[in-house]
Amino acid sequence: MIRVAWLVAGKDLRIEARSRVLLWQVVPFGAIALLLAGLALGPAHAGDSSAGPGLFYLVMLFVALLMITRSQVIEATPGTRASVATLGLDPAGVFVGKALALCVELWATGLVLLAGTVLVLHTALHGALVAVPSVLVTLAALSCAGTLYGAMTAGGDGATTLLPILCLPAFAPLLIAGERSFSAALGHGGLWEWWAIVLVALVAYGGLGILLYGVLEES
Amino acid sequence: MRSGPLVHLADAVVFANGFPLLSGVDLDLAPASLNVLTGANGAGKTSLLRLLAGLVPLTSGEGTVCGIDLRNGDRRQLRRRVGWLGHEGSFYADLSVEENLRFCARALQRPLTGIGEVLERVGLESRSGTTTKQLSAGQRRRLGLAWLLLRRAELWLLDEPYASLDDQGREFFDRLLAEVTAAGATVVVSAHDPLRSGALRPRTVHLAGGRVQGESR
Repeated sequence: MIRVAWLVAGKDLRIEARSRVLLWQVVPFGAIALLLAGLALGPAHAGDSSAGPGLFYLVMLFVALLMITRSQVIEATPGTRASVATLGLDPAGVFVGKALALCVELWATGLVLLAGTVLVLHTALHGALVAVPSVLVTLAALSCAGTLYGAMTAGGDGATTLLPILCLPAFAPLLIAGERSFSAALGHGGLWEWWAIVLVALVAYGGLGILLYGVLEES
Repeated sequence: MRSGPLVHLADAVVFANGFPLLSGVDLDLAPASLNVLTGANGAGKTSLLRLLAGLVPLTSGEGTVCGIDLRNGDRRQLRRRVGWLGHEGSFYADLSVEENLRFCARALQRPLTGIGEVLERVGLESRSGTTTKQLSAGQRRRLGLAWLLLRRAELWLLDEPYASLDDQGREFFDRLLAEVTAAGATVVVSAHDPLRSGALRPRTVHLAGGRVQGESR
């Protein structure tokens, strides 16, 4: 499984590096969305850092949906899907590899946007730094859930519109827990209970993906 | 060498989304043989190839491919023993020619040293660093052949491989298919019309309405 995971993750990341969709499309989209969120708050709320975590995760939700779709589009050509299927790769390894690649991409985007919240939304730098570990774990859990739901909708009619509808109920607890742990890092409330929720979600979605990805591929 | 047929289908039926793709196919394919499936659009050529590749389940009837029972055998094991070349392209468009082959070799745990040899054999050695989406249709088809050569599959399944190939490309394809068949692989090609090549003497199976309607040689 580990061998296949490295193989698939390396392939997805190489394709992303070659196509530069993340660099030239997704990151600018996220930055603009964050800027617009800051403008929507207005000058009266400048320096009010309490809105930062929520807006950060709202933008990350949009970015994650784009990246999940992109992750599945790579495999979407019918000929590619068929010929890769005939390689007989271990589906658990494919899931871990795709989730890993998506995670790396979300981490890269997340760190850029986290810096954006400090610059645009005036979130405290120290708080943002303290929040980094919880952001990374939350995005890892989003990657696992997103890869699972991406496989569920891949190749179906209206996959791009169906994906957000299916994902939102699964993402909502993660986004809330992520936002709460980010707020806690800024000094608003306890930190560890929200960390626990995100970690449990990461293990649960990772385990479900390893167990179910093969079934979803076959269907 | 296998003594019985490599492919045996008896009254094979495949349904997808309530629609019959194959409605009772009887077919035996000998090892080391070249076979062409012909028929109009929707006759069931691609569906039959997909069944032989283990990509769709057998709904009813009997089927054995490479010794694996299609009803209750491990279809993932079967897939590792067949090679598929689709007419839409069978690789990652943003990876280079060599990167696609490296991915295939690593997935199958084959040595990477064979890549140079197969690239030379299909005439793509000067294109190894070219991104696949920059290749012409004929070059992409050659890359598909390199992918199959690297796999050393027992059963080659080629879906409309002659589409958009010029005469030179067709001749190259014919020559290679003759070589791999002589080397012991079984090849199944889908095509709208019987092969024009005089060099090959394939068995031609005509499909219509998801059934075998006749055959010729």
